[in-house]
This record gives sequence, C-alpha cells and structure tokens, in this order.
Amino acid sequence: MDLTTLALTEIRDLLRRKKASAAELVRAYLERIERVDQDVRSYLTLSPERALAQALHVDQAIAAGESLGPLAGVPTAVKDVILTRGVRTTCGSKMLERFIAPYDATAVVRLEAAGACVLGKTNCDEFAMGSSTENSGFHPTRNPHDLTRVPGGSSGGSAAAVAANLSAVSLGSDTGGSIRQPASFCGVVGMMGTYGRVSRFGLVAFASSLDHIGPFGRSVRDVAAVLKVIAGRDPNDSTSAEAAVPDYEAEIEKDVTGLRVGVPCEYFAGLAPEIGGNIQEGIDLLQKLGCRIVSVSLPHTNYAIACYYIIATAEASSNLARYDGVRYGLRAREYCDLREMYEKTRDAGFGAEVKRRIMLGTYVLSSGYYDAYYLKAQKVRSLLARDFTEAFKDVDVIVTPTSPVPAFKIGERANDPLQMYLADIYTVTADLVGIPGISVPCGRTQGDAAHGELSLPVGMQLFGRHFDESRLLRVAYAFEKAGGFGIS
Amino acid sequence: MSLTEKEVRYVAELAHLKLTEGEVREFLPQLDSVLEYMAKLNELDIKDVEPMAQVLAQGSADFAMRLDSARKTFSPDEALSNAPERGDDLFKVPRVIDRE
Repeated sequence: MDLTTLALTEIRDLLRRKKASAAELVRAYLERIERVDQDVRSYLTLSPERALAQALHVDQAIAAGESLGPLAGVPTAVKDVILTRGVRTTCGSKMLERFIAPYDATAVVRLEAAGACVLGKTNCDEFAMGSSTENSGFHPTRNPHDLTRVPGGSSGGSAAAVAANLSAVSLGSDTGGSIRQPASFCGVVGMMGTYGRVSRFGLVAFASSLDHIGPFGRSVRDVAAVLKVIAGRDPNDSTSAEAAVPDYEAEIEKDVTGLRVGVPCEYFAGLAPEIGGNIQEGIDLLQKLGCRIVSVSLPHTNYAIACYYIIATAEASSNLARYDGVRYGLRAREYCDLREMYEKTRDAGFGAEVKRRIMLGTYVLSSGYYDAYYLKAQKVRSLLARDFTEAFKDVDVIVTPTSPVPAFKIGERANDPLQMYLADIYTVTADLVGIPGISVPCGRTQGDAAHGELSLPVGMQLFGRHFDESRLLRVAYAFEKAGGFGIS
Repeated sequence: MSLTEKEVRYVAELAHLKLTEGEVREFLPQLDSVLEYMAKLNELDIKDVEPMAQVLAQGSADFAMRLDSARKTFSPDEALSNAPERGDDLFKVPRVIDRE
C-alpha cells in the first residue's frame, strides 16, 4: 500500500486499526521526498526529527489506548513564512536565511496539538510577494503536472508538495490569492477562511489587513479537517475572531439543494475558452446538484487590482521596515555608520520584487501622494465590500474561475511585474473584502500533444459570506462527490 | 512616463534601500507602468465614500481589548538568539552618537 496517497480519513482508520504506525507514515513521506523533491523542489527545509518525534508520540498514544487528535499522524508541510520554533524560517528570503524562530505560530501549535507531524518548510515567493514562486531567494519550485511550469504562488511549495504526495496536507498563506491560485495551478484544494478566522500570530507579516493562513489538501474533506483545527480565537492575535468554529467535517455532508449560486458577469468577460469552458461545466454540474444559478454583478471588480497593489505594497513597505540588520536576520559585513548598515543590509537581503514593492508602497504613502493613492484605495476597498454585501443579499455563494490562465512557463512572466500582478485579478478582491474563498480542481485544459503541451489543471473558485466557510465547503464537497474535479 | 529617476532615488532613500544605477534604470519603467495602472482609480467618484482600513472594523469594537496584565515572555537569551551582534543583554549597533 502506498501510504503517501491516503486521505485523512484513511490515515485515521489505518492508525486506529493498527495497520500502520504514524512513524511508518512519516518515513514513507520522507522517503518519497528524498526521491521526488529533487525535481519538484517544494521544500526549503526538512524537519525529520521533529516529525518522527511527534509520530512516536502518536504511536505511544495509540499503544496506550488514548484518544487521538483529529490530525494524529498526518504528515504536514508548512509554508516558510509561518514560524516554527527551532526550525529555520526563511520567508524565501536571503534576509532570513539563518533565522531560527524562538516560538511557533498559533496555527502550528494547533496542528501539532491535533497530532499532525510537520515534515518541513515549503518554498514560496520571497515574503509571499509573487504569483509563481520564482521570486524565492533560493530556487524556483516546479509544477508537478509539468516540470517546465510554475506551481503558482506565493504558496507554490505548499501546493506542489500536496499535489506530488510530498505531504498529505499543508499550510499556506493568502494575501492576494497566494493559496487559491497555486491550488488551481497544481490541481489541489486550497482555502482561505474569513479574515480573522485563523490566527495570524507567527505568520510573518506582509500586508497585515490582508494576510491569512489557510490549508491545502487533496480533497475538500481534508481541507475542512485542517481548517477546523487551526481556526478560532487566539488571544495573541487581536484581529482573530470570537466567532464559534463549526465542525466543518460534519457541515460538508449537508444538502446543497436550493442553495443560490451567484455567477458574476465581470469574472467571465474576456476569459480564455480553455478556462471558461471548464468553469461553465462546473456551474452546470452545480445546477444538476440542485443549486439555483443566479446572475449577479460585482461592478467594481475592474478596480480591484489597482486597489490591492496600493494597499498591499503600502502595508508591506511599513512591515518590512523591520529588516534593518539590528535584531535578527542578515546584517551587511562592512559599513561605516548606522544608515549605511541599514542600506547595505537591505540591499543584500532583499530580492528585486520585494524592493519593487517596498518602493511602490513607500511612494504611495509618501508626502503628497497619500491622498491620491492610499486614501483613494481605501475608499475603493469600501466599494468592493459593498459590491459583495449587495450580491450576498441574493445568493449564498459566488462561483468564479480562480485564475484567468493555467500554470505558465517558468521565466515567461518574470520580467514584467504588471503582467504578473494582473494574473491575480480573480483572487485579490476576497482578501480586500475579508470573505472566505476556496479553489477546487475543475478538470484540465485540453493540452496540445502535437506541440508537446501537457494538459494542465483548472481551478474553480467559490466565495462565501463572512464566517460562512461551512456553506462554501459544503458546495465544494458536493461538487467533488459528483465528479467535478474530473470534469471535461 | 511621469516618474523620474530623481523620484526613484528619493523614494529609495526614504525606504532605506540603496539602489544601483542599473536598478534605478530597471525599476523606473516598471514602477511607472504600475503607478500608471493604479491611476485607474481616478475614474471613480469616491467623494462621499468612507475609507476602509480594516475588514473587521464594523464588528464589535471591543474584542481587540484585553487586560494589560503581565505575561511570561522571552528570556533575554531567547530574544537575542538571532541577533547579528550582541553584547550581554543588548543588541549591538554601530555608534550613533559621537563622544566629543
């Protein structure tokens, strides 16, 4: 039996019936990583000792007949912008190449308390800034479906690891689509809860009003199980919400008949047929399942990218001021005064995209431009929120493509930042508005065998109301059960 | 192009980034095209719209408050464990004030 392809329910069952041990599971994954990850390159750092120690702990609990946590023995990968005590956390940046966090992120504490075994830290765009994982300060990650293509980003390593069976589930972070877009590129499920649903304590800050931690998995049920574990109020994050956390694994079983699914015209105008065809089939399937398909309008959609890149870069320029070579991270070797130490440290530690975003953010916040850019973007953010408030009066969930394109070639977009930013068009709005979003597989592109073009995964995105993750997961699960992942 | 090399250098200085001449030339058109794209927001009439700084601002106002009570936190050694340079229980930096 291949232990690296199991769903979480199968892992639970196996451990309870003592057909396999948690240590065997972890070892099977570590062996597969050893063999396969030299091609995919999803991990930056492995933590075998930590994973095996946790596995032994789980196996002892099983032997003693103790009750097991919901993620007992589940091999898990963690994006390298999420702190892990004693295991280096680089954020994909030379700035933090040797940074060892003195504490664990709350999400990691909760994963491990539930029995999960952390295999290692996954590659990402530097400080989560990018849509392809090419901006990693160390190496790019490759898409397991076509090694010449990107896995998406910024959580490309976490998405690729789950897709290539290099972890059962994983954690990513989403600021403008960084979970959902790589999930769609890699053919896995990726979810971002409502802003505040999952504690950000221990998530290295990129844009604090937009940052989320969320799960990747190979099925909706696996993602529901992880979200349940990591969600909930955390006194260490003042923006984490008090709202009660439902049992998502039970919620997904509920019927979807009569649910109203909104289709926003703005997300389909000009969409390439290779994506649009699959999404239309997905919508048809939802209708067959008893959902009511309703046209809605989100009239300010076209302004989301401009709004997002003003707010995200402004917040980033402020958050990344902390990397100055004083308290942690890189410090330049030679300097004659404090000012020069700052500048040389930041010059050596940051890559080009991080510098560009710090520059943009500093510009839009600078004297004389604040009202023209930042304040204006905050107002447009209100308009985007209003769009959704209006739409959710008529529908329960909204369905869109996750990305306007499938996985692109490594290097194809690297030199044109604006083109790269525009690829986030369908994902950024949910972050700005704070609503939950999920990307599920929705078939594949045709490919073109004659020209060596492989068939690539397509992702369908669902949005829900604030704190209504249950209904999102329910629709996603019904879609999966009805064969939606393998459409076309 | 409306952005100038001088502005790029000025913003870099504000951000404590020392850009090479090559970087200034590379960033100028890139930043300019993004800023030009951002100007798209000028199409909207937003005179009477409230700015939105926080998603949860409309939620309960007091959930971000907690008692200001002492909690256990890092030891000096833990806090300094990643310091590029330390002296006893301090972060060391280059001299800031001259002794005259």
